[in-house]
Amino acid sequence: MATAPRFFATNKKGENFELKADLNSEYRDKRKETVKKVIANMTIGKDVSSLFADVVKNMQTEDLELKKLVYLYLINYAKSQPELVILAVNTFVKRVLLTNSSRISIQDSDDPNPLIRALAIRTMGCLRVEKIVDYLLEPLKKGLKDEDPYVRKTAALCVAKLFDLNPGIAIDNGLIAILQDMLSDRNPMVIANAVSALQEISEASVQKDIFVINDALLQKLLAALNECTEWGQICILNSLSGYRPRDVREAADIIERVVPRLQHVNASVVLSAVKVLMIYLSHSFSDELDGTIVRKLAPPLVTLISSEPEIQYVVLRNINLILQKRPDVLTQEIRVFFTKYNDPPYVKLEKLEVVIKLCSEANVDQVLSELKEYANEVDVDFVRKSVRAIGRCAIKIPAASDKCVHALLDLIKTGINYIVQESIVVIKDIFRKYPHKYEGIIPALCQNLESLDEPDAKSSLIWIIGEYADRIENASELLEHFLENFKDEASKVQLQLITATVKLFLKRPGSAQDIVQRVLQGASQANDNPDIRDRAYVYRRLLLSNPQVAKAVVLAEKPPIELETGTVSESLLDELITNISSLASVYHKSPALLGGSSFVDMSQYRQEFADGDDEPEARRSIVQEAAQAMGASGGVDNLLDLDFGTPAAQPAPVGGGLGGLDMRIGGPATAAAPASKSGIDDLLSLDMGMGTAMPSLGGVAGVSVAPLGGLGGFSFGGSNTSPIMSSPPGSARISLPKTPFLQPASSQGLDLSGTFARRGGSIMLDLTIANRGTGPMSGFAIQFNVNTFGISPTAPLTVPEPVAVGASVNVSVPLGTSGGVQKMDPANTIQIAVKNNFGVYYFQTQIPVHLVLVDASAADATAASFGGLWGDFTAASASFAVLGAPFGDAANKLRANGLHVVQQSPSSVQAFGKTSNGVPVAIEVTPSGGGVNVSGRSRSPEILSLLQTSLEVLLR
Amino acid sequence: MVASAVFILDLKGKVLISRNYRGDIPMSAIDKFMPLVLEVEEEQQTPSPIISSDDGINFLYIRHNNLFLVAMTKKNSNAATILLFLHKLCEVFAEYFKELEEESIRDNFVIIYELLDEMMDFGYPQTTESKILQEYITQESYKLEKQARPPMAVTNAVSWRSEGIKYRKNEVFLDVIESVNLLVNANGNVVRSEILGAIKMKCYLSGMPDVRLGLNDKVMFENTGRAKGKAIEMEDVKFHQCVRLARFENDRTISFIPPDGEFELMSYRLNTEVKPLIWTEAVIESHPGSRIEYLIKAKAQFKRRSTANNVEIVVPVPEDADSPKFDTKIGYCQYAPEKNSFVWKIKQFPGGREFTLRAHFGLPSVKNEDPDKRPPISVKFEIPYFTISGIQVRYLKVVDKSGYQAFPWVRYITQNGDYFLRMPEPLRGSNKLPEI
Repeated sequence: MATAPRFFATNKKGENFELKADLNSEYRDKRKETVKKVIANMTIGKDVSSLFADVVKNMQTEDLELKKLVYLYLINYAKSQPELVILAVNTFVKRVLLTNSSRISIQDSDDPNPLIRALAIRTMGCLRVEKIVDYLLEPLKKGLKDEDPYVRKTAALCVAKLFDLNPGIAIDNGLIAILQDMLSDRNPMVIANAVSALQEISEASVQKDIFVINDALLQKLLAALNECTEWGQICILNSLSGYRPRDVREAADIIERVVPRLQHVNASVVLSAVKVLMIYLSHSFSDELDGTIVRKLAPPLVTLISSEPEIQYVVLRNINLILQKRPDVLTQEIRVFFTKYNDPPYVKLEKLEVVIKLCSEANVDQVLSELKEYANEVDVDFVRKSVRAIGRCAIKIPAASDKCVHALLDLIKTGINYIVQESIVVIKDIFRKYPHKYEGIIPALCQNLESLDEPDAKSSLIWIIGEYADRIENASELLEHFLENFKDEASKVQLQLITATVKLFLKRPGSAQDIVQRVLQGASQANDNPDIRDRAYVYRRLLLSNPQVAKAVVLAEKPPIELETGTVSESLLDELITNISSLASVYHKSPALLGGSSFVDMSQYRQEFADGDDEPEARRSIVQEAAQAMGASGGVDNLLDLDFGTPAAQPAPVGGGLGGLDMRIGGPATAAAPASKSGIDDLLSLDMGMGTAMPSLGGVAGVSVAPLGGLGGFSFGGSNTSPIMSSPPGSARISLPKTPFLQPASSQGLDLSGTFARRGGSIMLDLTIANRGTGPMSGFAIQFNVNTFGISPTAPLTVPEPVAVGASVNVSVPLGTSGGVQKMDPANTIQIAVKNNFGVYYFQTQIPVHLVLVDASAADATAASFGGLWGDFTAASASFAVLGAPFGDAANKLRANGLHVVQQSPSSVQAFGKTSNGVPVAIEVTPSGGGVNVSGRSRSPEILSLLQTSLEVLLR
Repeated sequence: MVASAVFILDLKGKVLISRNYRGDIPMSAIDKFMPLVLEVEEEQQTPSPIISSDDGINFLYIRHNNLFLVAMTKKNSNAATILLFLHKLCEVFAEYFKELEEESIRDNFVIIYELLDEMMDFGYPQTTESKILQEYITQESYKLEKQARPPMAVTNAVSWRSEGIKYRKNEVFLDVIESVNLLVNANGNVVRSEILGAIKMKCYLSGMPDVRLGLNDKVMFENTGRAKGKAIEMEDVKFHQCVRLARFENDRTISFIPPDGEFELMSYRLNTEVKPLIWTEAVIESHPGSRIEYLIKAKAQFKRRSTANNVEIVVPVPEDADSPKFDTKIGYCQYAPEKNSFVWKIKQFPGGREFTLRAHFGLPSVKNEDPDKRPPISVKFEIPYFTISGIQVRYLKVVDKSGYQAFPWVRYITQNGDYFLRMPEPLRGSNKLPEI
């Protein structure tokens, strides 16, 4: 290949001035050389933006290479200097840029050469300047139908680019529909790119019918899988992994087509095929099929361990997950994961993890001999992990613990400092797992007293001495050794020393009285660390008050330790299996935490459609989902900071943004009301209607619609609607007014009030968050303590952040009844923690009991079950009058609030219900004077009295 | 799936060239990459090939010569795809300008931009076949008055071969190369051994030929009920994308339309335990503070009619060893202080023979504080006309519309892969080894 001139050599002052002159030279070659120089300067980071107009002029050329260079320049500055482009657009260059852009689009996109047609479309799509969109649209439409597949495949991806820039335009112009048609293209590469584009668009929008695999499409994809490039195959496999086959036959059919991909030379194709197979395994269609899959998986996974080290790393991280899910996949292959001398450290550490996972009674000898060998290696970190691995084997396989302990003793004999220390740390764990089994090795450990200099190792050895103080002849002597420098030790060691001396004293009171006094006195008086002082005090008081109790406390039997069997929790594991080969699978972190998700389970959204018996209900829930999705990426992150486990996670939202939201609102509205002309308009008016008709939803609608303001020129003030709820005219559904939960004075300015409500079959917690503090609030999260009814959030608290000082927002949290259960007093008490960037706040409130009534099915709630309960004399009964309650409405009101009316007559209404924790209640309402009389029966008097409180409000 | 941008950096982290594909991350974010790498290195560890910054940007990178190739993304992208794509970039660049390094990037920036534009679009890898790319992305194209057009192959189902190729003499060269990965314990037990085989082809065929390759594949023999002759059992097979995978899965036929020129058709792996071809044993006698002596025995454990060529036995020695002395009857031995080892080279090592070498080094009288690390002995070799697995090419059929006759040539070779034998503990203070 000929060497190009050295463009990087020049470095003169006023260079741009010279370049400008040359760009306007009358000679074509000169101009071209100059454009190359400009690009060279751009490459090394010099600012050549001032040449914009002059470079762009050269766009009109027959020379393909020159054209590409000018395009490159355009792409670079259109993106990195948007202000320049805007400036250019707004001033005299406007004509240059736009006419030139239109030239790209109009002239080049009509060029007889497909390379230039495609280049024009590709470049325009990369400009990412809104104004360009208008010029891009026509050529793009043409490109999608171009006769040349090269142009079509480029145009297909360009739709995704356009959608990213302006989703509205992409939808309104039917580009997505064209893209969907392209799935039937005769060219495999066009299909692959159409699949990529549709998948991306589908992930970014809530409208989930954009890319749905049906029978016909499935066949096309399977056919294309055989024909398209390796990269295309990855896309298609990825799309197959999201498809759930209807039955065993279809699953077997897909698997038959996917399995040959395991033979592909491209490691990513193989991993994608593995992913599909692992997901199909989890559907467990049939044992036979599962057996086939498991057999097919091992060889390709082993071969991947011979690929480039970076790929190996990704593969090993994934194998770790696969083994946790299916420990049977690689049982015979442990030797492959023994490290090679020349493996990079990151590969060695991952192999070590896999070896421990595969280690079993059958191969433990081999593993131990390997691990001992690794202790000779140079990389200290790896050596330490290998030593620790021996300990982990001992804990994992009881039958092999003797061998492991001997291996560790051998290592201690080497006298190599860090090996000895690491060995002592793991031996401590072995002592905890097998108490009193290996006392014999204690002398060997104690010989290394002098060489310990790490707090971990020291405190481990001290723990062992304390624990076996009655067996170690010279325990006090050994402890004395450490006590000499008590003041200089790390606090970890100090704490352990205090405990060990106390143990020593309790086990051998006579000889250790002196030491223990000295230590406790010293620690409680002359130490700056409050933790150490406190512990010393506690022991002192304990020993002074009652040595027997002290013995029971300090020498209590410890719970045995277990090996961490899985690296990740079960639910996370399932999520990661669907993300094999992705970054999430490498980090072992939920994709939601990475800012984008590649797999979204949307069945839930569909379900909402199907179930919504009245339209506004369905629409509302979608709007609300959108609102939650808006803030969720922030919310999830912060939840991790909260120390109590994450709630059942909502399907991760895709990096929503304005575009996503726009879709979310537009989509459902059109789906639910096909007659409406424009989805967005329709929904806006709908929301407004809901705002007045159902004030309780005002907050929700406000939150979600507000970002749309710019689009529709419509701003919906969520805070305008009154937070006080009242029963809307004509509705039997009762909403209770919000009550204050947190006072700003005690919660750093967070003013929180809220109420519970029941909507669309689920319980909601409606909150008003007002910022009365001094700084913007963000990072909101919510947690429920276990409670009588197992109520807990089913989605994270998502607040449009930040909440500015003085602002207030209304949000809703959907609740479920599948959380932890614990009897509270009173039964409907719920303790809630809310967190924001200022702190965590706790409060408790009561949920009206009628909200936890599950919709008892007709079969369950019959007159017979009513009668059964009514006639049960052991059940508690109560009766009370509700004045001013119209009897005529009673049946409807009961129905609307979770009770099932089993019998209705002009003189009485009988209803039956069940709380989510399974307590049945029977209610009879009779007219009486100016109101109604209510009698109730339930086996739980408490529930009954709580229900009375609810009914007194409900029926009025 | 997607990469937002791709960078090529020098070892100091300076950007040499870059391409922004999605515009969702500012290009300046790459400035965070090098500090992240250095941070990990400071803790005496090698950073993994995927690292992320505090603000959620993921960097995936590989090192090639004096360069970093880095891709960044904010999404949950396909890590394997991105890393592979980076390797593919290296491969393609290397085919374009021989050596991929800082200099060649500076010299070829225009074409690199063009390739980056063609090989990935919006973060999705597109065409990465260098032979096809070379047909329409060339530096000379503008010199010809004719404009380049995308070759049919770019989007065809056969995306690796263009139509209209012509040769006067139609020939195919097959190289069957087997590499032996071996790890032997200090006590002489084989810890792991596997054979990685590869069949490389050089195709000089006209037209669009359909090629079928027949091997002595045990599974196929069993399927077809043919039991005669030696057959091999391949644990796992990987094919070039030209091979029809479904067909292989079906009846084990390897059929394909080959790319033009040189390529790797397939690779395979066998787990069968094999006798180490070159067996090496070491006896070490250490006299700390004065000297260390080695007795190395090497034995060729294959049939007499074969010969191993260019055998190199690399034996590690302590870092502070000096004044080497060697004694052997065959080959020659060199001290390689930069690798802390000595290398015993034997040009030709006939099967069944055994040779020995004695080595003597001085040790400084001040004892080295560090505990002795013992890297393994490594062995390099090549045995022509021999496959350790016994794989055989039974036939190679070439069918083209024009009906020409093609000539297949087959070569076999077995060589070392990761071939390591762990060193035994040195004997201390004994005097069994004879003086040199």
